Amino acid sequence: MPGKLKAKIVAGRHLPVMDRASDLTDAFVEVKFGNTTFKTDVYPKSLNPQWNSGWFKFEVDDEDLQDEPLQITVLDHDTYSANDAIGKVYIDIDPLLCSEAATVISGWLPIYDTIHGIRGEINVLVKVDLFNDLNRFRQSSCGVKFFCTTSIPRCYRAVMVHGFVEELVVNEDPEYQWIDRIRTPRASNEARQRLISLMSGELQRKIGLKVLEMGGNAVVGYLQCFDLEGESGIVVRAIGTACTLEKLTNPPSNAQHTANSSPSKDIREPVFGEECPCNPLSSGPSTPLRAPAFSFSPSKSYSRQSSSSDTDISLTPKTGMGSGGSAGKEAGPLKTLLRQQTQTALEQREFPFFTLSSFPPGFLSHVGGVVSARSVKLLDRIHNPDEPETRDAWWEELRQEIKSHAKALGCHAVVGYSESTSICEEVCILSAAGTAAVLNCRFLQESCQDTLTEHRLSRQLPLFPSGSDKVEFDLGSSASLGCEDLAPPGCGFCHIPYDELNMPFPAQLSYCCCCRRAKVPDVLFTTIDLPTEATITGKGCLIQARLCRLKKKGQGEANATCISSLLPFMEYELHTQLLNKLKLRGMNALFGLRIQISVGENMLVGLASATGVYLSALPSPGGIQIAGKNPGDLSYEQHVSNMQRKINDTITKNRDIYQINPPEVVEEVIGSPIPEPRQRSRLFRSQSESSDELSELDLSHGKKDAFVLEIDDTDAVEDIHCLLTDAPTPPGFFSCNTEIMPGIHNWTSGLQMFTSVRVFRLSNANLTNQGLNKIFNELCENLLKSLYFKLRSMVPCCLCHLNFAVAVPEDELIQVAVTAVAMSFHKDQIQDSNKSGEDRTAMKVITEDQLQFPMELSAETTPAQLLSAAKNSGPSDCSTSGLARAPSVDYSSFADRCSTWIEQLRLRAHTIRRGSIKTTSSLERGSPLPDGRSRSLRSTRSFHGSSVAVVKMTPLSFIPGAKIIKYLGIINMFFIRETTSLREEGGVSGFLHTFIAEVFAMVRAHVAALGGNAVVSYSMKECVFMENPNKNQAQCLINVSGDAVIFTRETDLETSSTQLQAANPQSNEDTPA
Amino acid sequence: MSVELEVFVGNNTMMDEDVYQLWLDGYAVNDAVRLRMEAGELRDCDVSTDVVLSDTMDQFRTFQMCEKLLHSPSKLANQLLFQIPPQKQAMMIERYYQFDRPFAREVLGKKLSKGMKKDLDDISSKTGILVKSCRRQFDNFKRVFKVVEELQGPLVDNVQRHFLVSDSLAKDYAAIVFFANSRFETGKRKLQYLSFQDFAFCAGQLISYWTVGAVDKMMEDIDVDLEKEFLHNLKDLKVLINNKDMLDQHKSLVCAQLRGRIKVFSEMDANFKNLSRALVNIAANLTHNKDVRDLFIDLVEKFIEPCKSDKWPVGDLRLFLTHYTSTAHMLETFRYKPIWDRYMGVIKSCVLKMYHD
Repeated sequence: MPGKLKAKIVAGRHLPVMDRASDLTDAFVEVKFGNTTFKTDVYPKSLNPQWNSGWFKFEVDDEDLQDEPLQITVLDHDTYSANDAIGKVYIDIDPLLCSEAATVISGWLPIYDTIHGIRGEINVLVKVDLFNDLNRFRQSSCGVKFFCTTSIPRCYRAVMVHGFVEELVVNEDPEYQWIDRIRTPRASNEARQRLISLMSGELQRKIGLKVLEMGGNAVVGYLQCFDLEGESGIVVRAIGTACTLEKLTNPPSNAQHTANSSPSKDIREPVFGEECPCNPLSSGPSTPLRAPAFSFSPSKSYSRQSSSSDTDISLTPKTGMGSGGSAGKEAGPLKTLLRQQTQTALEQREFPFFTLSSFPPGFLSHVGGVVSARSVKLLDRIHNPDEPETRDAWWEELRQEIKSHAKALGCHAVVGYSESTSICEEVCILSAAGTAAVLNCRFLQESCQDTLTEHRLSRQLPLFPSGSDKVEFDLGSSASLGCEDLAPPGCGFCHIPYDELNMPFPAQLSYCCCCRRAKVPDVLFTTIDLPTEATITGKGCLIQARLCRLKKKGQGEANATCISSLLPFMEYELHTQLLNKLKLRGMNALFGLRIQISVGENMLVGLASATGVYLSALPSPGGIQIAGKNPGDLSYEQHVSNMQRKINDTITKNRDIYQINPPEVVEEVIGSPIPEPRQRSRLFRSQSESSDELSELDLSHGKKDAFVLEIDDTDAVEDIHCLLTDAPTPPGFFSCNTEIMPGIHNWTSGLQMFTSVRVFRLSNANLTNQGLNKIFNELCENLLKSLYFKLRSMVPCCLCHLNFAVAVPEDELIQVAVTAVAMSFHKDQIQDSNKSGEDRTAMKVITEDQLQFPMELSAETTPAQLLSAAKNSGPSDCSTSGLARAPSVDYSSFADRCSTWIEQLRLRAHTIRRGSIKTTSSLERGSPLPDGRSRSLRSTRSFHGSSVAVVKMTPLSFIPGAKIIKYLGIINMFFIRETTSLREEGGVSGFLHTFIAEVFAMVRAHVAALGGNAVVSYSMKECVFMENPNKNQAQCLINVSGDAVIFTRETDLETSSTQLQAANPQSNEDTPA
Repeated sequence: MSVELEVFVGNNTMMDEDVYQLWLDGYAVNDAVRLRMEAGELRDCDVSTDVVLSDTMDQFRTFQMCEKLLHSPSKLANQLLFQIPPQKQAMMIERYYQFDRPFAREVLGKKLSKGMKKDLDDISSKTGILVKSCRRQFDNFKRVFKVVEELQGPLVDNVQRHFLVSDSLAKDYAAIVFFANSRFETGKRKLQYLSFQDFAFCAGQLISYWTVGAVDKMMEDIDVDLEKEFLHNLKDLKVLINNKDMLDQHKSLVCAQLRGRIKVFSEMDANFKNLSRALVNIAANLTHNKDVRDLFIDLVEKFIEPCKSDKWPVGDLRLFLTHYTSTAHMLETFRYKPIWDRYMGVIKSCVLKMYHD
């Protein structure tokens, strides 16, 4: 009996009228956990009932505590007929199970009904007392912290990064059970909501167990998704990165920039300070590494490519996407390599994957490029739909493929890894993508010992990067390591990890423009955020490739085959589009690349989003050359040259907009003979033509890397058109899909998170691919335009983390949902952001500190010991830091005080009411204000009486100008909303508008109840919208997640940091602009 | 091919004050879009109609969703659905409760019942205010009336406390409630020249001096009704016209004061008895509800119009009323001085306010 859950129902307000006769409600509350239910008394005839119940106590296993939500149902008492439900509140009590997160849930929560939406609010108080040592119970994993944030959370540091964790649970979908035919939609929706809540809890507990087994204490980059498979069930799956985290306990003087959440201008720390030898501990990049840990000898490299695997039984198209080069095609799995596994610590792991997308400097040694894999599955072929085995095997297969792709790129790890699905009827596309990378194993568990000794060595000789060591290295790594020693850091990760003589795909290599010592590719595609140490020129921008492909309607296997044969072409074209658009903007690298392919009945929709930048280390991209096919025709040539001029103009203009003025590089004078014949990247419309035109097309345009677009059919013309019709962002706006915009640093606190959804109906039955593309393209462009228009008051402003999600919910519908945050910045400092060294260095200091770990300690201790060490030191650290609140022992008593205080308040309110009842009887009806207060309020028209705290929401992991001082736990909420009176609710738009606003409200209320004032790393995972206008019905499912935090403004920090208590976060709230 | 659904929801509720005004003015989405496109505001943005349309729709939807909350404005601060900064909330409430004075003028003194609604169409076509806006304004009047009707304490404060509007707006509402409650006649042709502001001022005077609350702030009575006792006592003023000596004496006192100081002295001299009779008769008749309702028409017909026909300048009128009131104190046998002052104070300021073309 390790846990006691206690709940108290205080009051309700704004309840709906349930009794038409009296225009009032006789409300009472049922509190349910597991199979135990308690009830409050009926509070008769009031829309603002004061139940003020005692504590309802549930004595339960901590396993149940993790799985089950606390379910609060508000009902209207009816003497003669059944009680009517007003609505429910599900409370995830997981944040209360972790000593470092929240201690009490207390506040007003919206009462939600799946048919009517929010119907008033209820004030509750929830606490948990855990009795025993948590880790003794292996079935539960209380105490493991979860973070949605895909970087090491601020105010923590990573002692160890253990690696990939995944889990998947399956259950029957209540909506497809036989009972659904006889129960009400409300009952069905509630069953589903409850089930998913249960499954999420179970999943989290299981992942937690895995983390404990690995010796970790936290999951970072936790990504949970659910698949509504229909007949075959509901799948809830999650991936994450297991870590051992430790709370940062820096002296106050240091604290300001260590956990500083934004690269604001006040933190101009010494430029490149960490490079000076007096600070050897933090010198990530400057540490020479010993070769055996991760060297790749040329002999093992990729002499041959197998383009496709032979395991096609499951209709799996194996498409990989190498992006080092301009060609999209790339090798499939290389089985020979698997056998020749190197002794790298990482490679001994099953999946060396990391769901993180930003890392401390030095963590990434090299980045190879994007690796992705997709497979098409038939859901009705699952033998045991209720068991997770089949799905486990599917994902396993996909992950193996990713792993082998990474190997082909000479990388032993995959970072920025994510998984997704798209389901249409019985067909399911599984996708996995990430960025192949070589990691600095200093941070990884198994290799710790090696590196640590190495580290000590290097500390003794910090000034002498030992040249002798390097002799042992093979060409690639030696060059890069040398670079890390001598050149400014910030180019190392660009250097190719693969062997240039046996490249896995045709790519154009040149010497690094920063250090001139190692080879870099001409373009680099990645799924991660821009590393903080990277040097870039100018600013970045959002780049999107959009594509639709029609397909025949089909059934079963034929349909799946059709889809899987289309997939490679789609990937290829998306890739081509991305590359063209990148060149058009004069940039050479993509970050945060996310390619989504959604399947519908009669079409496939692909959307690739990424943030383009100009990496200073990579060569300047050449222009785009257009080559006409039949040069004889004069008018045609004119047309071509016209287009060429337009393209050139656009490139020049774009360079201007994004301030890309790279220093003129004296081409190859430094005497580096490049042996390889210079290949021109080229794009061919049709593959049949490619072979014979190879030589003819070698139009030497002087510039070595001019990029040729060949116009040989109308397709190409369309493509170029679409290239040029991408509307530029209006002045004052920037956009990116990464965390922050490369090149902008001086953010203000102006912040607006938003979600925008559009559904487009294609009424035209006989559409062509081109027509469809055009429509889809316009849909996305218009959506962006409308965002810019709406947010024009925030200029200068940047739309960050623009996350597009496409779906094909029905035959002729395309749905695009966008969640992003608009952040304004100070205009006057844009100019000097060009040389943004200082700010980025400041950032760097921060992250650097997060990963510093005491070498001496971790060298000798096992992870388990470490964990306990971290645990033991937890409370005392807290108290010394001065920022955190009292040690955990006090929490419960504090909560007690809190509740008694509330009780007293109620009592007082009560007596006041009774005292003045004679005079205020009429007042009570008209005024929702507490009666006792109404007189005193009479002349002050104040809104300070408002009890609603401002809660910020952002998809980013930080809040500009603020410092996150505490993580309160993960927010993971799933809602269903249904209506049978669509027209009355303002049509589909009105319905969805209300629902999204309600979801936001519920997230905010839960965060506020946990004592938080912001949600970071917020995302809308799922937004499934279905409608039937003829029946006047619609249904929508939304899944959101994020991390609840407490933040303080940096300006407040100096004055009030010591008195700051988590209990009154509102005192620091700011009013949104 | 069409956009089936289009929504934008921000964590902080976004609203454009100009669009809000268009919504309040009762424009349909398409008209609002047209007006926005025509307004110079967007000219430098280079946006298409589609973009403006979708933005307008979003905002109109938001306003519609907020409307329920605006009906009891204190809820707006407590609700969780929209995250709106307090100053924006104040703006929303203030604007929502603002009304067009020509509209209010039409409704003034009428019973705020359902039957009114069909008249709204007429008012709309007469004033040029869109029906939708008329309905909102009318519903606001009704709502405020219903809430404060039975509350004790100062009317203006009650309006302000329950509807969180500004001081000046609360005063206007107090006037509307007051007029609706007492059903003052304002619609007669002869009263057409009077604006809402004129009446609002008069209402303010009546509320301040003639209601129960005016005498005793702590009284737990209602502020919207005139004090019965006071109205009853006004009968006693009849002595001023019924007692011939007193009337003559009063006249000579006034003439003594005004001789040479007003241009219309001779007219005043000739008309004094009529004017005095008119004012005192109005006072004496206020015991009847019907006569209370006719207060303004009586003032115009029996006092203002005679003065106007004699072309009294407003300055002369002021002097006359001042001395007409004060000289009554010198009448030895006149015992009702407090009531006289209370009556004439209000009448004087009302008449002066109403004395224009």
